[in-house]
Amino acid sequence: MSASILTVDDSASLRMAIRIALTGAGYTVTEACDGADGLARATATRFDLIVTDLNMPNMDGLSMIRALREQPAQAGVPIIFLSTESDAEVKAQAKAAGATGWLVKPFEPEQLIRVVQKVLGR
Amino acid sequence: MSIEDPTAAFRVEARELLDQVEQALLDLTHRLDDPALIDSVFRGLHTLKGSGAMFGFDALAAFTHHIESAFDRVRKGRARATLELVATALAARDHMRALVEGDAVPQDGAAILVRLAAAVDAPRTEPAAPPRSAGREAATSGWRLSFRLPRAALAHGTNALALLDELRALGDCTLVARRDMIPPLDQLAERDCLIAWDAELRGAVPRAAIDDVFLFVLDDMELSVTPLASAEAPTTATEVTPVLEAAREHERSAADQPAPDTSGERRARVAQGELVRVPAARLDTLMDRVGELVIAQSRLSQLAGDRHDLLLRSVAEEIERLAGELRDTMMVLRMVPVASLFGRFRRLVHDLARETGKAIALETAGESTEIDKSVGERLFDPLVHIVRNACDHGLEPPDERIAFGKGATGTIRLAAHQAGGAAVITISDDGRGVSRARVRAKAEASGLVAPGEVLSDAALLALIFHPGFSTAAAVTNLSGRGVGMDVVKREIERLRGTIELVSTEGAGTSITLRIPLTLAIIDGLLVRVGTACYVIPLAAVEECLELSAEEDRRSLGRSLITLRDRLVPFLRLRELFASDAPPDAFQKIVVVATGREPVGLVVDQIVGSHQTVVKALSPFHRGIGSFSGATILGDGGVALILDVAQLVALGQQIEAAMEQAA
Repeated sequence: MSASILTVDDSASLRMAIRIALTGAGYTVTEACDGADGLARATATRFDLIVTDLNMPNMDGLSMIRALREQPAQAGVPIIFLSTESDAEVKAQAKAAGATGWLVKPFEPEQLIRVVQKVLGR
Repeated sequence: MSIEDPTAAFRVEARELLDQVEQALLDLTHRLDDPALIDSVFRGLHTLKGSGAMFGFDALAAFTHHIESAFDRVRKGRARATLELVATALAARDHMRALVEGDAVPQDGAAILVRLAAAVDAPRTEPAAPPRSAGREAATSGWRLSFRLPRAALAHGTNALALLDELRALGDCTLVARRDMIPPLDQLAERDCLIAWDAELRGAVPRAAIDDVFLFVLDDMELSVTPLASAEAPTTATEVTPVLEAAREHERSAADQPAPDTSGERRARVAQGELVRVPAARLDTLMDRVGELVIAQSRLSQLAGDRHDLLLRSVAEEIERLAGELRDTMMVLRMVPVASLFGRFRRLVHDLARETGKAIALETAGESTEIDKSVGERLFDPLVHIVRNACDHGLEPPDERIAFGKGATGTIRLAAHQAGGAAVITISDDGRGVSRARVRAKAEASGLVAPGEVLSDAALLALIFHPGFSTAAAVTNLSGRGVGMDVVKREIERLRGTIELVSTEGAGTSITLRIPLTLAIIDGLLVRVGTACYVIPLAAVEECLELSAEEDRRSLGRSLITLRDRLVPFLRLRELFASDAPPDAFQKIVVVATGREPVGLVVDQIVGSHQTVVKALSPFHRGIGSFSGATILGDGGVALILDVAQLVALGQQIEAAMEQAA
């Protein structure tokens, strides 16, 4: 059973890039176009991992992570956020909200796969 | 978009984004203070920068960064939105569009940035983050680590086991969990990560590799890393992150929270000699833990025994003693007097007397004898069956008793006493005893024995326990409910006990049950057959002797040895378990007995006595007759526990077959 991953990003091209990279590595990928969409999809189906942008219209990434962590069913679901800068403040905020790890944009597909593998532990 | 080309998709997306930014900028010329518009511009630029960098539009990403920074400053109230800024941003938007299409004029960009700098106070270029100090210290022979993950790590999706695996992948790694932070169960937040680890990582591992493992939790965790070589003097070289501080914090918070006062209350109550009611399930859990402890202790003892480290040995011995005491105390905790079990029979005997019209008195003895609570519960049904049988078949009606010169009132006696590791329970009656003639007739009728077949008295009585055997001439209300003595026997054997029937015709019957005091831990004799180890419950072992080569030869084909003028059947476990390893030169015989019929078990080696924590076999293996369970040996290996009763029965079958052949 391949792990199921939800990618939440308002940029369709980035979602596509993430989907191509992760499906190539054997994962099943579902896309959501903003925080509200991501929250709805993650609430409906429990994913093995969530990769989310932070800066999005219709509920930003931080609010989505906080809302997800309030659901007991989402405890322990790894959430990786994508950030443009390795800004310590943003990182701290996202981690306090309940994010598991991060990846700094721009990234190579291999980096994304490596982070996903690290977080999933396989 | 049918063709999956993220770069093409990005171009389409970038045009849309730039159109959105343009619209927002145009709106902004009318409403300079609208934060929603500022946000919208910022977000569009931010996405453009991030995605552009992803798809190789480096110039676009770098240029957009400056415009985005300006709007970020406005967004955070550090700069004001002006018409000049908006005009500059609109020019910048056109330049970005050109960058996306690939027909940009670099000079335009530079000019725009100059204009931008004038429009907002020039953004201070933030110093680039210093590169991580990769391999700040040269790789040493290894590292000693002590770490604790953030409390919320698990809830926040960190896979602690994966981190440990990553650490192990770095080199030869020993990990020990520290559980001192784990509070009592009632204060435990089940999602908190409370375990800390001490680790020794041997090998040429760069320091940065360790940081990489903990990358996502590094800022919030406690981690101290010491080079292995200098670990002997930790005070000098230790690189302590907030460990001490956190420890102090913990102490403070522990001091803030008063211990739950129930413990004090409980202690006081116990001191007054009162009783504490404990749910049986908790005792079971505790018993399980003690069992695990005994296994761990036995491994420790074995390790210590293999080493010439006197200190280690003395500690191992101390722990062995304590674990033994703990086990014994635990056993006592679960013990209940048989009085409560026996008490339930008064009513039963009373009812039986009324139904049968017989006068029956119930006598009990040894009611203070203690047995394991669960054993007592499982004994009830077999005892009911035996007592019913005695009332129904054993005791005679009053007139018959008087005719035989007995008192009119028949007596059922329940007695218990402890013998070694077993409780002995005897159910006896002073009735008519078992009629051998009727047993034989019944057995012949049901085809259990051939007519006229010669049987010893014990073998004849043993037929009563044979499945399907029942002597009740007519099915009465009391017995003959489809369960015979064979069911009783099986239940007793399931308790690793034995059942024995003695009967004198005319004088009465006595059934003796020997039940181990506990089911959880037994003393066993560890033996080896071929390459496998087996455990024989020590309580069943009568003696051990050597099977001399001469006797071995003589016995071939007969499987009987002479033991003090008595022929004893024996089983070669090697053959029974189909072991193909060559036999040891000197085979040993372990003589076991459950009732009075001993059986020899031929093994390769007698390893020694072994305190055994019994683990039940999996449901898939429960049907295997020769084993009653399994245990974990000191070296971590598994040994099966032999079901002596079954083996003895097998031996007796062989003996019977021999006699028949003779």
